[in-house]
Amino acid sequence: MATGQSRVACLVLPVDGRDRVRGPADAPATLVEYGDYECPYCGLAHPIVQEVQRRLGRQLRFAFRHFPLAEIHPHAQMAAEAAEAAGAQGRFWEMHDLLYKNQQALDDASLLRYATALGLDLTRFVNELADRTWESRVREDFMSGVRSGVNGTPTFFVNGVRHDGPWDADSLIEALVAPARVHV
Amino acid sequence: MAETDILKPGARASGFTLHTTPDQTVSLSDFRGQPVVLAFYPADWSPVCGDQMTLYNEVLPEFRKHRAALVGISVDGVWCHGAFSANRRLHFPLLADFEPKGAVARTYGAYRAKEGVSERALFVIDGEGVIRWSYLSPIGVNPGADGILEALESLESAPSATSTQRRP
Repeated sequence: MATGQSRVACLVLPVDGRDRVRGPADAPATLVEYGDYECPYCGLAHPIVQEVQRRLGRQLRFAFRHFPLAEIHPHAQMAAEAAEAAGAQGRFWEMHDLLYKNQQALDDASLLRYATALGLDLTRFVNELADRTWESRVREDFMSGVRSGVNGTPTFFVNGVRHDGPWDADSLIEALVAPARVHV
Repeated sequence: MAETDILKPGARASGFTLHTTPDQTVSLSDFRGQPVVLAFYPADWSPVCGDQMTLYNEVLPEFRKHRAALVGISVDGVWCHGAFSANRRLHFPLLADFEPKGAVARTYGAYRAKEGVSERALFVIDGEGVIRWSYLSPIGVNPGADGILEALESLESAPSATSTQRRP
């Protein structure tokens, strides 16, 4: 907190059962991404994260949290809610991948098309988006990011600490497999 | 780093009047009675989506829960600020510390003369014009909003001596 010192930004909300997680719960390394489906930099990060997951395999637990920058990305909030609505039907990651592959088409009709492609219960999906069932959950993710020092999208946390360096696959893997450091 | 340290908690915030548009100015004294967040930053148009000002724009409702006003300050001119602000749909003023260049940043110890830009420096000022929290970020690291929110919360739990003594 002192003037002129670098703050170590740490994840205030640890990864737990509420999270959307890929990889084993007891994996030695945890990567958390705060991202926005309409952000082009997050779009660039998506295949990189997939590569990191591929290369680290069972060594890695990856969690994705929503950080929609709704003022500059008008479809980001509903896309995040659509991912959660798909998640409620057990298809979060499939929707997540579809949204990142189709960043240019995130309007409501497109979201419905992706839900159809995934074979979701469409009545339920549409109702949950209309009722804003997942709005508060997305907001929870957003505020947990704000309180953890998220400073843009994407922001990564490597084993609970904000990763301020480059996020190409090699750099992320190097940070993830580095021996645990002591943080004051 | 700045040649001098940035102003510290307890110091009186330097007053200023700066243009936010060609025909509008904003003064620190406009905010008397409410907390103000001053966010000095190096330049408009950082090449990322979630740059510092865009982030603060999204967190603005949280700042407002604490009745706090937010202003961004850089050495960019009003036309540049206008274009940047419209592009990012900002709902708070950007002030042009443009002429004399960086004069206000200098009074806060937050100017980098070599590069000719502001530091990334944050100040939370109470309703009496006293700095209650300040933070100098490494220039390349967007400091996020968590420190500001913590500072605004502690401001509420510990109002300044003068404000507690004030009678209605």
